Amino acid sequence: MIDPVQPPRRKNPLLRTRLPASPPRPRSRTSHGFTRAAAEGRFMLQRCEACGAFAYPAREACPACLSAGLSFVDAPRRGVLLAETTARVPSDVYFRERAPWRIGLVKMDCGPTMVAHLHADCVEGAPVVMSFQLDKSGQAVAFARPEGGTPNMADDRQWREMTADPKFRRVLVTNGRSVIGQEAVAALKAAGAKTVFVGVAEPWRPFAGEQLLHGQQGIEVVTLDASDEKSAADLAADIGGKVDILVNTTEYVRPGGLLDRRGTSIARDEIDQAYLGFINLAQAFGPAMRMRGADGINSSAAWVNILSVHALVNWPAFGAYSASQAACLSLSHCLRAELRPGGVKVMNLFTGPVDTEWFQTVPPPKVAPRAVAQAIVSALRGGLEEIYVGDVAEEIRQRLAANPKALERELDK
Amino acid sequence: MQSKNLLELAGAISSGAVRVVDLTFTLSPDFPVIVLPPEFGQAAPVRIQEISRYDGRGPAWYWNNVTFGEHTGTHFDAPIHWFTGKDLPNNSVDSMPAKDMIAPACVIDCSAGAAQDPDFLLTVPLVEAWEAKHGRIPERHWVLLRTDWSKKGWRDYSNLRDDGAHTPGPNPAVMKWLVEERGIIGFGTETIGTDAGQAGHFEPPYPAHHFLHGAGRYGLQCLCNLDQLPATGAVIVASPLKIQNGSGSPLRVIALVSAN
Repeated sequence: MIDPVQPPRRKNPLLRTRLPASPPRPRSRTSHGFTRAAAEGRFMLQRCEACGAFAYPAREACPACLSAGLSFVDAPRRGVLLAETTARVPSDVYFRERAPWRIGLVKMDCGPTMVAHLHADCVEGAPVVMSFQLDKSGQAVAFARPEGGTPNMADDRQWREMTADPKFRRVLVTNGRSVIGQEAVAALKAAGAKTVFVGVAEPWRPFAGEQLLHGQQGIEVVTLDASDEKSAADLAADIGGKVDILVNTTEYVRPGGLLDRRGTSIARDEIDQAYLGFINLAQAFGPAMRMRGADGINSSAAWVNILSVHALVNWPAFGAYSASQAACLSLSHCLRAELRPGGVKVMNLFTGPVDTEWFQTVPPPKVAPRAVAQAIVSALRGGLEEIYVGDVAEEIRQRLAANPKALERELDK
Repeated sequence: MQSKNLLELAGAISSGAVRVVDLTFTLSPDFPVIVLPPEFGQAAPVRIQEISRYDGRGPAWYWNNVTFGEHTGTHFDAPIHWFTGKDLPNNSVDSMPAKDMIAPACVIDCSAGAAQDPDFLLTVPLVEAWEAKHGRIPERHWVLLRTDWSKKGWRDYSNLRDDGAHTPGPNPAVMKWLVEERGIIGFGTETIGTDAGQAGHFEPPYPAHHFLHGAGRYGLQCLCNLDQLPATGAVIVASPLKIQNGSGSPLRVIALVSAN
């Protein structure tokens, strides 16, 4: 049984902040099949198309029948821990700093035997549930947890290395004027965040739900207009060293594409809010987050973007907005690479139309803001990278994978 | 006028015998802008982006790129801003006569009324009462409405509620009267806009814009320090940026005030 994580004490200013180290990175191209699975929280193994055998680690040919037809498919997660060992003095810097570190051999019910990082409650001979997790290098690793829950399960030291649990962390929700922002604040607070800073742009403008943010324990309203370079920099000067998780809830949705709009002023607003806002936030908060990736219980851990799924494929009815989201998606990949040395995850939540006023005339299904907020928390707890929230987003993901041209034509209506 | 008079003026400014009062708010990103329903085009707020600051981007120099809408901060409205003035000659900031950029001002102190009622309106009887004390408003003078609104925090300054902004301004009759009966050169306020916050519900809507610009006159808004001006005798210098076909511009507004 695991002792619950304790709230971190204030830092000793005489001690140097521990800098992030990265676990080993190299992977074969084929192995990134596991990276894709881990990013989405799926458990996928290679399976032989000829004989049906599961294989692990990643291979070019089936170890049972030598067929080259191996494809990644969702696989049963259950196995039994055959043996465990504790590395006490590893040579790798990352693991040496975190030693002792438990690993083990798991015999999967579906066949292969896997080397996995172990949750502290895993016992030899007992069943475990396997997942792929993204480690501090952003690479997929196998992780075994005991079957069924154990007390304080999420507080396991090795598990927390793989996740970005908001418990005891300090979170900046960049835009508290929106319903999604306010739902995110509530969900993160409920998930155990120590402090949720809530950015409010143009505080002289009243907004719905404003009174819910004020006077609450652990919620601090701060002035932040992400589209303003100076505003982002000023806030980072105050709290940049205390932002462990940043949730970018920028929301600027306007209908229209190219020909039915006049001029570029709306497009410019979209770019200012979404794209330049992203850059301003990244430049203001990114460097400190990258530096604080190993700073104890409340180390910096994650950057969350909420993107339209139409970042992946343009929806002409909201065509210019889709393009602004595509730009942000591209930036998120850049940010992920730049935050990677700090072990800070960049998570993208893709949503279909959300149930807000700018999608008022769009027929259902629409995503409830609360569902987005809950997805943020579960993504942080699971250490995911790509999350599709709601039916529309999931359907577009699947249709895009199946035939992008067909999807392009289908969205043109 | 003889050139020695101009030199005397320069000397008086230099010596302090003529005070120069700055009527301008600092142009900053967080200054409130006019709020329109979101489906309309919006005034861009002020944005200041560093090009370099004695650093790798420019080792010996500091400078910024600045963007803003024509109607942000302390700003000037030209006749072309409103549909009533769209067909007038020389109706934009680049074509307006330069001599219109300097004119005397009458300052009507309504700060007591505005403190009582955020929807306070200037009326003809109130101006007539002011004239009884200070004399008839001469032609080609600015009329500046002092409300002390510029001293408020920005939330109270914009004073937005769920039925719109509540800020003081002129009623329709007084605007028509000031333009037609007094021939003023323009009308200036401390609030966001020359019109009252609720002026969209007036007849005609936005009467200050309607009557001023329809007659080729000007507007000034987001002024401050009006409490430092005398009721009469101040001279306003208001020269907007020469924006091609511009409908207005942020500007530095100063007042020359005789010290005695």
